[in-house]
Order: sequence, then C-alpha cells, then structure tokens
Amino acid sequence: MAEIGALRRGLTFWRRSIQARVVVSTVLLSAVVIAAVGWFLLRQVQEGLVDHRRDAVLAEAANETASANDQLDDFIGVDTDTSRQLEDLFAPLRDAGTARGFQVVLAGPIDAGGPLATQGPRFSPDDLALSSVPDALVVKMSTASKPQWTYTRITTTDEHGERVQGPGIAVASQIVLPADGKTYTLYYLFSLEEAAETQALVTRALLTAGGLLLVLVAILTWLVTRQVVTPVRLARRVAERLAAGELQERLRVTGEDDLARLATSFNQMASSLQKQIRQLEELSRVQRRFVSDVSHELRTPLTTVRMAGDVLHDARVDFDPATARAAELLQGELDRFESLLADLLEISRFDAGAAQLDVEDVNLVDVAHRVVDMTRALADQRGVAVLVQSPDHACLAEADVRRVERIVRNLVTNAIDHAESRDVLVRVEGDDQAAAIAVRDHGVGLAAGESAMVFNRFWRADPARARTSGGTGLGLSISLEDTHLHGGWLQAWGRPGEGAQFRLTLPRRAGQVLRQSPIPLVPEDSQELV
Amino acid sequence: MTAELASKGRVLVVDDDASLSEMLTIVLRQEGFESRVCARGDEAIEAFREFRPDLVLLDLMLPGKDGIDVCKEIRDESGVPIVMLTAKSDTVDVVVGLESGADDYVVKPFKPKELVARIRARVRRLDAPTHEALTIGDLSIDVAGHSVTRDGQPVNLTPLEFDLLLCLARKPWQVFTREVLLEQVWGYRHSADTRLVNVHVQRLRSKVEHDPENPQIIVTVRGVGYKAGTS
Repeated sequence: MAEIGALRRGLTFWRRSIQARVVVSTVLLSAVVIAAVGWFLLRQVQEGLVDHRRDAVLAEAANETASANDQLDDFIGVDTDTSRQLEDLFAPLRDAGTARGFQVVLAGPIDAGGPLATQGPRFSPDDLALSSVPDALVVKMSTASKPQWTYTRITTTDEHGERVQGPGIAVASQIVLPADGKTYTLYYLFSLEEAAETQALVTRALLTAGGLLLVLVAILTWLVTRQVVTPVRLARRVAERLAAGELQERLRVTGEDDLARLATSFNQMASSLQKQIRQLEELSRVQRRFVSDVSHELRTPLTTVRMAGDVLHDARVDFDPATARAAELLQGELDRFESLLADLLEISRFDAGAAQLDVEDVNLVDVAHRVVDMTRALADQRGVAVLVQSPDHACLAEADVRRVERIVRNLVTNAIDHAESRDVLVRVEGDDQAAAIAVRDHGVGLAAGESAMVFNRFWRADPARARTSGGTGLGLSISLEDTHLHGGWLQAWGRPGEGAQFRLTLPRRAGQVLRQSPIPLVPEDSQELV
Repeated sequence: MTAELASKGRVLVVDDDASLSEMLTIVLRQEGFESRVCARGDEAIEAFREFRPDLVLLDLMLPGKDGIDVCKEIRDESGVPIVMLTAKSDTVDVVVGLESGADDYVVKPFKPKELVARIRARVRRLDAPTHEALTIGDLSIDVAGHSVTRDGQPVNLTPLEFDLLLCLARKPWQVFTREVLLEQVWGYRHSADTRLVNVHVQRLRSKVEHDPENPQIIVTVRGVGYKAGTS
C-alpha cells in the first residue's frame, strides 16, 4: 500500500510539475546525444591510436625481418649447423626486442606442421606464454609466405608467477634458414598496453565530461524552467485567491518580457472581473433595496384598505344586500391580495439572494403535528382527515423551523386541496443522515411530466379548474426555494387517478450533502404498479 | 355619546401616512380607545409628553426622526408599552426595534383585530391588581404596587418586563417555553415570533442580573425555554 501511495504521489507530481517533465526530458535527450557523440569520439580515438601503432609495429617487424634476412645472407656457405644458425639468428632479434619492448618467437621449420608448441620454438622473453601467438596465425603462416599480422592477447608471467594478459599485435614473417634450407616463422609480439591505457584514459575523460555535461544541462533546464514556471505558479495562486473571492488580489509586474505581459493581461482580466462582480453586487443590492421599498410602499396603503374593508365588513348587516356582498368580496379578495403580495416579496427575496437561514435542530415529527393542527380547520371544511404516521424517535434536522413549517404547511394544504375528500397521510421518518416528510393524497394525481412542473411559478394542473383554495400559485415555488436553501430535496410523485406524494428531505446537518431519503418517493401502496 | 363612554385607554399613533392614521383612529375609537395622531418623528416626544398615552403605536419610517430613535427617547422617559408598526419583517429591523425598547411589533398589512388584540394585551394590566408579594432570586416583587426592589432599592422595569418577571416568579418550578411566554405575557394565541421573547429576556437580564453574561435569576434551559433561578 505504501509503495502504491508513493507511486501515486510520484505520478501526481509528474503530472503536475512542468518543471520536472522538462528537466527529465531534456536530460534524457542530452544523454542520448552525449552518448552518441562520446561513442563516435571514442571510436575515432581508438582507431587513430591502434592504426598508428599497427603501422609502426608492421614497419618495425619488417625492418627486423629484413635485418634478420641480411644476417642470414651472411651465413650462406659459412656454417651448416642448424641450431647454431638459429641461435645466431634469434640472439640479435631477442636483444632488439628486449631493448625496444617486443617479444619474439621463432618457430619452425614450417613443414613440421602442427601447433606451435610442437615446432620447437625459441622465444623470448622466458615469461611469455606461447598461447599469445594465436593458432589462427600459425595455421595461416603454414600456407602463406608473405608477412601476416593479427590482434592478440599477450600473456606473460610476472615476477610473482602470476599470468598477466594485455592487448597486443602479433606479426609473423617467414625466413629461410640457409643451414637446412627450411622455412622458419618469426613471430613478433608487440604490446598495445600503452594504446589501451591511452584509450581508457580518454574513455574516462569522456565519461566524466559527459556526466558533468548532463548535470549542467539538468541544472540549466531547471533554472530556465524555474524562471518560466515560477510566474505561472504565482499566477495560479493569485487566480485561486481571485476564485475564492479575494477580488483585490493582483500579480506583481516586473520588467517587460512575455511573463510581465502575461501578468499585465491577467491583472486586466482580474480588474474587469472585479468591476463586473461589483456591478452585479450593486445590481443585487439595488434590487433588494427596491423590493424592500416596494414592500413598504405597498404595505402601508394596503393596511389602510384592509382596515377600511374590515370596518365595512363588520358593518355589512346595516347595508343593502348588494353592498353587503360587495363588502364580503372586498374582504375575501383583500386576503388573497395580501398573501399574493407576501409570496411575491418572498420570491423576490430569493431571487435577490437575500434569503437567510436561521438554523437549529428541528424535530420534523413536531413540525408535522403542528402543521396538521394548524390546517385542521381547512381539512374539516373539506371533509378530509389528515393522519400523521411517525416513528417513536425524533426525526431531527438542522433547519430553519419557520421555513420548514411553511414548506410542510404548503404541502399539507395542497394535499387537502386536491384530496377530493379522501384521507391525507403525512409520513415522517429520519435517520442519522437525513430526515424526511412525505405528504400523500389520493386525489386526482399528476399526469406524466407534471411532477416536475408543479414547482413552476403560477403553474396550475388544469387552467380550467376552479381555484378552490385561493392559493397564490407561488406556494410550491417558495417551498422549493426554501428547500434549496437548506440543501434539501423537494420532489413530487403522481399518477392520474392515484393521487400524489410530495416528499421533503432535509440533511441531518446543515451543509451536508444528501445521498438518500429515509422515505421512498413512490409510495408503497403504489409500487406494484410502477 | 362616545365622549361619556369611559375610555379604555389612550393611544398615541405616530405615523406619517395620513390615511392610515385616520383609519387607525376610526378603528381605535370603535374599540373604545381614545387616540391622537402625530405625523413627524421629531414631534413625537412632545406629543407623548402632552398626551400622556397608555400605549404608543409607532411606525419605524418617519420624517424628521427615525422610529428607532423615537422609541429610545420615549423609553428613556417612560415604560409605556410601545407597539411598532413595520413594513419589513426582516430580521434586522424587527430586532433593532425590539432592542431599542419596543414591547411588540405588528407587520403591515395587519388585520385590525390583530392590532386591537396586541393593544389590549399591552394595556390589560390596568385591570384590578391583586395583593401578592413574590420573590425571585434576591429580588422582591410587589404585585399591587407594580414595583421590584433589591435590598430596598427599586429596580426600574417597564410594564412588559415586569409582567415577564412576574410570570416566571409565580411558578418558579416550571420551565416556560418561548411559546408559553408569548401567550401569557404578550397574549398571542398562535405561535408568533420567538425573537420577542429572546430580546426581552436579554433586556430584562441587563436590568436585574448581577452579571448578565452569567444569569442567575432568569435561567436558560437549553432547547426548552426559561425558568426562574433557584437561588
């Protein structure tokens, strides 16, 4: 788990950091280029060194062979003792080898055939291993007459008796010994140790230089990207603060480069945003002020009218029937006008975003009983029985009790209105996440698609239907706004002829996100039909 | 003949709307109250001193002087019940009004019967007093004399505050919910704005408690309401 966590953090860092990506990719690319260049250089150096040495070695070998041949010419007719002649031939070569740093092996005669060891060679120095002369060269020399050469590894025994290997060149050339007229082969073994050492030195130097170059590239890229990324990160931080509402936040502009111009543009954007938001705030403030003013200006004359209407209404027994009826109508319509005004003002408060929550722990069971008590008069008038079904425990939610009561009252009066004299059931349920109230009626119900429209302002199920309760048409819209203010749900379910159910769900804690409601939206008694 | 009728009380109407004031006068006269109208905030205190009303109906938006200031001025001089008439039911306005000394408020547009009920509830204390002596904490209450004393020193309370204290002191064993207090002290039949209770309990505490931050005489019972202190 820890590894996965670390891996995820690493990946997140990789995804988020431009700097890291730029540095890593630059370093990788540079590493490839440096490796290619280094390899090429190394090859060049190697070839230069070895070729030079080979040429020198070949020339030297040819030289030695020539002087040996000269010497052999002197032997012609002088001496016929093979081993003496060989010794005479070999001795100067050995001396020359010791002096100039090469080894000599004299083998032959060539028609003896077989491996070198069986050909009775003479060689110097004594610590040289015969295996230093590659068999392939020996075989080749048994047929060729021209000098041959090849790379080999020279094996010697050092003063401690240990075998030491080193790179070398083996050159072979043939001579004919006058004593027996047979062909002998001379092998010169030249060490390439020096060239190898030079090459190792160059390799080390190149590796070090390459490594340092990579570090330099990494640091450079890091610095350069930092110069670009730092302002971008600053801009991000400022943008975050702007988003959080700190509209006065600005970037510091230094210089005139691209980043400075980015900062300038960014600041201009912030200023223009700030201006627009201020304007909107001002508009909202003006709107709120307007609502408040309209409220005051309308309410005072309405109060007078209301009182006058009441006086007339109280005195209607003294009027002639037509005037008395007029006084009654005036009274009734004043009530409607009043509630309509109140609802309109409430809606405009929501629209202006001026509605405020005053939360405390509210027991929805209590709310349901209170609302049912309040609406008893209306229910009795319609011949509707309103029943409350609630659990033994309290169904708590952090809410504004005034608003919740208003929502539930709206739902219950609505249900009574549409119940068509059948029972209305108010069901309350709650758990530690949410509390809910569902109001179920068995009236006309809702047609398909209407369950979303019921919350629209001034929406009516059937425009031709009589306005029985004199509702304002804003009740459910206000309820929905009230619910949204709590972060709750207000949903409707309905089927033609089966009635409807409205469900209010409130989160247990204010600000909590609702996941599910303790009461199903579709009532149980209807579920088999779904 | 109305002149001969014993007036149920005198009401000063402070409102700048002439029609509303006249209408109020008509309704109040029908209910047996004598009333006078004052249309300007800066003339209200003069009218108050002159008319000596039993209750003041006070609009919050007035020319000359703000209703809140008028309320404070009257409260400085007298404990006469003040009922605010407000067009705004928004939290701040109502609470500021109550804190500046108003006993109750009525939101426009109100029903005349509702207003009369509020006025009756506030002036009903003119009814015959009973002879009773109560104590709450280290305070002694003389019900007949409408006075509260601590160690012989009178504590100055408005009639509403007196009623509130009396209500709690009469049943020291009982916890009163805000709704019950609204019914018993303010005369509301239906549940009303419980902020009325909160604001007046705060005002009362600031007068009778030794340390209003740590009340001993009027104790809050969390989640329920208030009760008299046991000490």
